[in-house]
Amino acid sequence: MRKPALLVSGLAMATLVTASGCSAFGSDEPADLQVYSARHYGAEEVFAQFTEDTGITVDFLAGDDAELLQRIRAEGEESPADVYMTVDAGNLWAAADQGVLAAVDSPVLDEAVPKQYRDSQDRWFGLVMRARTVIYNPDNVDPSELDTEDTYAGLADPTWDGRLCMRGTTGVYTASLVASLIDLHGREKALEIVEGWVANDVRIESNDVLLIDAVDAGTCDVALVNHYYLARELEERPDLDVELMWASQDGAGTHVNVSGAGVVESSDNPEDAQALMEWLATDGQDDLVAGNQEFPVNADVPAEDIASGFGDFDPMPIDAEAYGSLNAEAIDLLAEAGYQ
Amino acid sequence: MTATPALVLEGVSKSYGAVPAACDVDLVVPSGELVTLIGPSGCGKSTALRLIAGLERPDRGEIRIAGQTVADGRTFVPPERRRVGLVFQDHALFPHLSVRRNVEFGLHGQPRADRAARVTQVLDLVRLGHLADRYPHELSGGEQQRVALARALAPRPAVVLLDEPFSSLDENLRAQVRAELVGVLRETGTTAVFVTHDQTEALSIGDRVVVMTSGRIEQADTPSRVFEQPATRFVASFMGDADFLRAHVHRALLTCEIGVVSTVPGWADAETDVDVVLRPHEVALTAEPDRSDDGPAVVAVEYHGAFVLHTVRLGSGQTVRSWQPHSVRHPVGTPVRVSVVPGVTPTLLVGDTAVSSPPPRG
Amino acid sequence: MTQTAFPPPPTRLSARGPAQARIRRASSRGRPGWSAFVVLVAVLVAAPVLGVLIDAGTGQAPDLPRNVGDMVLTTLLLMGGVGLGTLVLGVGLAWLVTAHTFPLRNVLVWLLVLPLAMPAYILGFVFLSTLDAAGPVQSAVRGVVGDGFAFSLATLPGCVVVMSLTLYPYVYLMARAAFVEQAPTTYDAARTLGAGRARAFFRVLLPLARPSVAAGLALVMMEVLTDFATVQYFNVQTVSVGVYLVWKGSFDFASAAQLASLVMLFAVAVLAGERLMRGRSRFTQKGGRGSGLRPAPLTGARAWLATGVCLLALGASFFVPVLRLGAWAVERAASDRPSALGGQFGEAFVNSVVVAVIASLTCVTLALVMGHALRLGGGRSIRAAAQLTTFGYAVPGAVIGIGTLLTFAWADRTLEAVGVPGGTGLLVTGSVLGILYAYAVRFLGPAYQAVDAAYASVPTTITQSALSLGAGPVRLLGRVHAPLVRSGVAVALVLVAIDAIKELPLVLLLRPFGFTTVSVSVYQLAKENLWDQAALPALVIVALAMVPVFLLFRQVRHGDRGSRP
Repeated sequence: MRKPALLVSGLAMATLVTASGCSAFGSDEPADLQVYSARHYGAEEVFAQFTEDTGITVDFLAGDDAELLQRIRAEGEESPADVYMTVDAGNLWAAADQGVLAAVDSPVLDEAVPKQYRDSQDRWFGLVMRARTVIYNPDNVDPSELDTEDTYAGLADPTWDGRLCMRGTTGVYTASLVASLIDLHGREKALEIVEGWVANDVRIESNDVLLIDAVDAGTCDVALVNHYYLARELEERPDLDVELMWASQDGAGTHVNVSGAGVVESSDNPEDAQALMEWLATDGQDDLVAGNQEFPVNADVPAEDIASGFGDFDPMPIDAEAYGSLNAEAIDLLAEAGYQ
Repeated sequence: MTATPALVLEGVSKSYGAVPAACDVDLVVPSGELVTLIGPSGCGKSTALRLIAGLERPDRGEIRIAGQTVADGRTFVPPERRRVGLVFQDHALFPHLSVRRNVEFGLHGQPRADRAARVTQVLDLVRLGHLADRYPHELSGGEQQRVALARALAPRPAVVLLDEPFSSLDENLRAQVRAELVGVLRETGTTAVFVTHDQTEALSIGDRVVVMTSGRIEQADTPSRVFEQPATRFVASFMGDADFLRAHVHRALLTCEIGVVSTVPGWADAETDVDVVLRPHEVALTAEPDRSDDGPAVVAVEYHGAFVLHTVRLGSGQTVRSWQPHSVRHPVGTPVRVSVVPGVTPTLLVGDTAVSSPPPRG
Repeated sequence: MTQTAFPPPPTRLSARGPAQARIRRASSRGRPGWSAFVVLVAVLVAAPVLGVLIDAGTGQAPDLPRNVGDMVLTTLLLMGGVGLGTLVLGVGLAWLVTAHTFPLRNVLVWLLVLPLAMPAYILGFVFLSTLDAAGPVQSAVRGVVGDGFAFSLATLPGCVVVMSLTLYPYVYLMARAAFVEQAPTTYDAARTLGAGRARAFFRVLLPLARPSVAAGLALVMMEVLTDFATVQYFNVQTVSVGVYLVWKGSFDFASAAQLASLVMLFAVAVLAGERLMRGRSRFTQKGGRGSGLRPAPLTGARAWLATGVCLLALGASFFVPVLRLGAWAVERAASDRPSALGGQFGEAFVNSVVVAVIASLTCVTLALVMGHALRLGGGRSIRAAAQLTTFGYAVPGAVIGIGTLLTFAWADRTLEAVGVPGGTGLLVTGSVLGILYAYAVRFLGPAYQAVDAAYASVPTTITQSALSLGAGPVRLLGRVHAPLVRSGVAVALVLVAIDAIKELPLVLLLRPFGFTTVSVSVYQLAKENLWDQAALPALVIVALAMVPVFLLFRQVRHGDRGSRP
């Protein structure tokens, strides 16, 4: 019969491929450092540059942050991970909180990374920064309408009824913004602000680019986005009908979050891991932000053109550590306010 | 040499949860015999078949096929190693195989030439050699049934089990296919067990009829004895029509509502109440048009062609049935006298069991 | 007594009591070896899921989001809406192409399966960026009617529409297979009893196709339950979204796992519902000879209307996203930046293909053997074990991935504890074995659903006859069961292969260093909103997923000619 023959040969093939699978798919020679990274964009070039500068080879595994963290935990002592890189201070905080990261004693890092962008116990360090701020459509919004003292709270004003677009609760950016508002104002005031947004019938988009599109098309008047998404879109579409304004410049400053890294507790090569971290915070800063318009944390390193073209701004002077510890509360608050 | 029985069941029991499907079943089928298993739906006949085929494992008891123990407390031979052929009412032909391949299926492992020869042989036996390359869906119901039989016979099983093999065929075809199939079984000397719920079928094709109810064998006997000398009230009523009348034996004389029925030799000292089994063909009617009391009268007449079935209500309100030749028709309401056809020795029941000698006085 | 498993008379459904009608096995007592196989598969497949549950159970009291009630309600509404939508679309289109001929029908028959080839995380974005208020379509409308025109698609009804459009092929595939394989005599009987085509369809064919349609619907429900990407795009907070929210927002994996078990409760309800829909009736039919359901030619406007309906469904669910992706890809190609297809792409492509082939063969073989083992008998517990293997499909992929990690970690510790030096080592994330294992856990469900539905239409007497003709279990499987359930096998292969090509969270979580698939590349680009770069590899996924669909329909066409009863 045709079918059994097909089946048998299929099975045989499956066994064969499975047996040879390890060698066929696994990498042949492990590199000096294994990096688990939730940052993917441009990572390959960054690590190639690092190897060129230092001679230390790097394999990196890109994935989603929470999943990578769980993977390191499940792999336990045998985890090949030396460095855990992720895109949100909350994730770094959670990794440290769950005992996955080791403290790094490095004068280089201490100097390169401002205190508010690293863990108080030096288990993780912010490397690049993003700001979440207001964009508006100049055809529909006069910038004077925006509250310059507390721009985020100002969006709760009824003048913005039906004109407001933001990301949903599932977007990590919203949670971290609200966490910083809780840290800044206390829970009660933060809840009031979020309830104001909800009362203004805030429209939820699932993606920052969709927010930019909406403002451009005029279906939204104002939106909150990460600055680099707008920078990247402007690079592609310079004629976008969208302006950026740094939020709360006459007040607490614009909300920022960091992308960063830490050395994994079970790493069998902590020296090289530390070397990578130090390089990323100094010489590697340029490479890290190349092409993606983020801000380097190292004050000595300038940002890329379009991003710096948005002008200087004052960031909200609070610990990134707070975002992580307050993230769960922020999500609870969003749910309480009826925010989607 | 004394022939080993083809099939032996000894004290075989099987229950599904609390429901007994086979209780202490004993049965010996000599080689070459055709046995029919009959009983009402749910009586255990199909379970018996499944136990023999190895599709069920008995809770207790032993099953031997051609001398080999296939199931007992320790042994359980799976169906594929039992040398049992199965024929189902839906024929269960393999739809993806041609007739030839279907028949050849059970000959797996034999040399190619032997297989081909045997396929030709059994297909010729059922006179379907010319359809060997057809597929099952290209055959008529009767042809499919014959292929199913040929397929079951091909590996020369020790016993062939047939589960209501004709009930999917229409009435006209059924008699013909049945005759052909029984002919083939006889011709090849095959031992076969039929399961059926059709009494006529059971009586006409079996060397022996096994009547079951509630998981028990009520009677296993030749067709004529099962019909004429039923062992129990159940057998009497299930195998053919029967009416039961309260009766009394006094000094070997059997009397009931319709008068003296017969004498009962050997019951001279008996003084006991019994039930008498009357089959419609044993009941005679004489019209008494002038009578006008509340005595027996015809209450229903059914025309069956050669015979006419009369139902008579007796004075007590009980009814008896009587076959009359087609020329005799007593209209409804006709007062009649009811008697037993001379020469008949009716079956007597004490409780639900037939008796041939008087029960001991209690 | 129960007259187990004896067949009903032909061309009727069950003529016997319900007790035996439910039983589809050849014997009440199974073969120990084969039953053990089912139990083993069940244990292996259930292990990661149980691992997660145990891990969750060891945490503190559940810290569920305060709006979990709303999430449950939203999930129910979404399931109901998408269930209805896919039912109407899937059955309706299957009926249209099975019972009629019209222009392009022969092509549409298989084109209609294609929406399955679209990964949800691509579709959500493409739909919204194209059709939402700020997208080109509504912008164009605004250009005509003025600025007032804008409506948001990112709502529950919008999500229902899009998910129905993309998931209907599950129902369509199953329903069509059932219509095609129906015994012609059944349909003829209905027609001779005075039923018109439509009535014969609604009163006879559709009820008879119920188990298949139910199986398809169950798959749809599972997809809806575990979907995270589409619902997130449409801002619909289902329980699965809650799982991610708690896990990734509150960094509380234990509570997330507890929420995931809530998702599984839904899945249990779905599967129970499916069994209920199958009901007590038996759906085995014996094919008599007859003309059966012959496609009736549609003419004139009606024919073109039929073509139009199919094209509309396809256009909304498949052509729009493909065109949009194509436009992005062209845009990218027109710019002089490097194409996304360079570098590692070739390797990713091969990996995607090989993993999909191995995963589908593994899952379908397991499903085939399990169905076979159940045919050989076995008690309620064996059937329950088989049912257990389908739950993996109801658990979000990332949760299964974590469960796989936990299971292997546990096995590693156990091995070391009993003195095996090194334990399993890094078996799970050090090789593709972990991915393949997790694939089996996740996709055995659809494979088993499809194969089991095919087994349901093989009369038990066939199995019993083969056994009594001396065929041992292995030969029975190879010569009788496998050929008779091949249509189910083909459908299962296609379903798993497509799912495996699209699968993302498992690979992302479990892959060894240096291992990547097309799906992962697309996701990583899409995550950074680099849609112009993501478009081309996304189209490659769609093209890849079309291959098994195409093969399936070739097989079906060959099958029609062959020896089907």
